[in-house]
Amino acid sequence: MVGPSGSGKSTLLRLCNRLEVPAAGVVRFRGDDLAGLDPLHLRRRVGMVFQRPTPFGGTVRENLQVAEPALDHAAAVVALERVGLDGGFVDRDARELSGGEAQRVCLARTLVTNPAVVLMDEVTSSVDPSATRALEDLAAGLATDGVPVLWVTHDLAQMRRLADHVLVVIAGKIVHSSAADALTVEASAEVRAFLASGAADE
Amino acid sequence: MSDIGWTGVAISGLLVAVAVGLSLWRQLGLERSIAWAAVRAAGQLLVVGGVLTVLLDPDVSILWSWCWVAAMIVFAAFTVSRRAPEVPRIFPLALASFGVAAIVVLGVLFGLGVFELDARTLIPLAGLMIGNSMTATVLVARRLYDELRDKRDEVEARLALGQPSVEAARPYVRSALRTALTPQIETTKAVGLVFLPGAMTGLILAGVDPVDAVMVQIAVMYVVLGSAATTSTVVSLGVQRRLFTRDHRLLPTPASKRQE
Repeated sequence: MVGPSGSGKSTLLRLCNRLEVPAAGVVRFRGDDLAGLDPLHLRRRVGMVFQRPTPFGGTVRENLQVAEPALDHAAAVVALERVGLDGGFVDRDARELSGGEAQRVCLARTLVTNPAVVLMDEVTSSVDPSATRALEDLAAGLATDGVPVLWVTHDLAQMRRLADHVLVVIAGKIVHSSAADALTVEASAEVRAFLASGAADE
Repeated sequence: MSDIGWTGVAISGLLVAVAVGLSLWRQLGLERSIAWAAVRAAGQLLVVGGVLTVLLDPDVSILWSWCWVAAMIVFAAFTVSRRAPEVPRIFPLALASFGVAAIVVLGVLFGLGVFELDARTLIPLAGLMIGNSMTATVLVARRLYDELRDKRDEVEARLALGQPSVEAARPYVRSALRTALTPQIETTKAVGLVFLPGAMTGLILAGVDPVDAVMVQIAVMYVVLGSAATTSTVVSLGVQRRLFTRDHRLLPTPASKRQE
């Protein structure tokens, strides 16, 4: 999902995770209106990783246990390996990690809940290039494993690298939705203008 | 020496003159403020003294004393809401917290027979309880509000993992309560070593045997600890409820409007 800043991308993700509720209209998850679902259960089905890493106080394992209190040491190591961190991180202080490491712990934390969908809100905007690549690979891997990822970015090159399907949001509306390879063919004049301006500031 | 008389009061006023003089000398610009505070305190205390004289009359029903306690609770809640104006609808919360503390503290003191229930014990004890837990109440309300506003990202990340709002708020509630209660605990530890508290000082000056004064003071310290813990816990639960919706969303707080 791409769009100018302030266009409502984050709000859309927050609606999907039910951190916000719509003033009008309906958000559905696999056909069911979110308003009728248990929010706590839904949030574990539709995981979310935020723009800025949000490590909680305590060790990395304690962070993972916020998502799954019964998580033991071995399971914590597996969860970390899944996001490309070695088991040595388990007992590290989560607040001492670098931005990229912390963001991967945040993703691991979300994946511990076994979500059916993962929402990622510009998760690479405050991490270094190697962590960016790692997070992109992880998202691609999740999609391959059958867990769709709704990835928000303002970086059009990143969109081209990752997207199977593209949504363009401008001024609070989804103005475009198509397969990534059909984007340039099907785009309206407004979307083309945005893609051109976005390309210019890369 | 238990009665200083009006002459004594007037002479002690010299000390106010000393404070005013120092303010003039060091150009603090506080003269008016000091004088007003001194006059106002004297006025308020004289009014209270007058009312107490009436209430303590054995012919006056104790119901009037309970009314006085209720008025103190309302005034304290009003003071709290003025000192923590950013916290939404804090007044009814503060009211509830002092009410609960009154039930707990006065219940123990009078229900278990520590003091005999009459106007002479009810009013001062209720005043102590309310007056000394106001600071903790304000601290916990402000601190918790600030924590949940400043750590919004963290709180929402917890919610996004499926934590119910009570659990997501727990670390911040805990830290706010610890911050609010620690000064009171430190004061309790230092009592007697560093300073002689007001109630005891007053009793000793009024000619009561020091050991008796100390026993009353110990009970008073426990009253303050218990009531501060009760009021701040009630307020923290209330603030938490105010800031989250029933469906576990953190409501927007004025200073942290989202950009997108």
